[in-house]
Amino acid sequence: MDLGPHADFIIAAYTTAIAVVGLLIVWVVGDYFAQKRALADLERRGITRRSAEPRPSGVKEPA
Amino acid sequence: MALIDLANPTRFLALVERVLPWLVAATVLAFAVGLRGAFLAPDDYQQGATVKIMYIHVPNAWLSMAAWGVMSLAALGTLVWRHPLADVAAKCAAPLGAAFTFLALVTGSLWGRPMWGTYWVWDARLTSVLVLFLMYLGLIALWRTIDDPARAGRAAAILTLVGAVNLPVIKFSVDWWNTLHQPASVFRMGGPTIDVSLLIPLFVMGIAFMLLFLTLHLAAMRNEIMRRRVRTLLLTQAERA
Repeated sequence: MDLGPHADFIIAAYTTAIAVVGLLIVWVVGDYFAQKRALADLERRGITRRSAEPRPSGVKEPA
Repeated sequence: MALIDLANPTRFLALVERVLPWLVAATVLAFAVGLRGAFLAPDDYQQGATVKIMYIHVPNAWLSMAAWGVMSLAALGTLVWRHPLADVAAKCAAPLGAAFTFLALVTGSLWGRPMWGTYWVWDARLTSVLVLFLMYLGLIALWRTIDDPARAGRAAAILTLVGAVNLPVIKFSVDWWNTLHQPASVFRMGGPTIDVSLLIPLFVMGIAFMLLFLTLHLAAMRNEIMRRRVRTLLLTQAERA
């Protein structure tokens, strides 16, 4: 494909876009696994949310 | 599921888990179709192949303003309706908006050099978009400055609504002032001035970038909800100790 006399500018623009979008994806996915690990670590230590704790018998689920 | 049910973070997380794989697939497909169209589209009669920069510059410029629009709606949700997910949505849109604004500025510069003979000029359009980028950075800094997410959310919401004044300035800067940047050529009275052979790939790339924003925004909101759960659990544990 012939990108003409300004091919460098076109390639630089697309490369920058790919790099920035790639960084965003890596950041979001990396953060997801970090938070998942942190929650799993807390759960392993017995620290859970009240809603995640087993309910005493006779107590109904909220609507 | 009623819309109000999404105010519950647990239900929102369940929805995100269901929707996210489909959004990822739709985004990849839209980019594949859009990029193919962009590279098969004819060159511009004046700009030649350099017009291909348009397919990434213009969608990023649209998104730079759309992300602030999303944050402004979320700011209203925080201040008026006190929606529990509103400040989560605003906080997660800010880095994405900053990244897309950065891309609009950089790709615009790379397009400007061969077409205008300069990377940068202090005209109204370029300067107002640079101001938008700096406002994104300011908001991100504000979020990081205040520890309590609820307090940070309210402060950021006020700043976001004040900053929204810049959106019409960006949009109409090319009409109100004499700028090197060309006037509106897609969303304008009288219809687009771009030939349909270039316009269709541009719209597909626009949809692809919108889908990318939506996908990343929902994923980042999921992360933020999890981060707040971790924070709450650590605070609760500290209080018990």
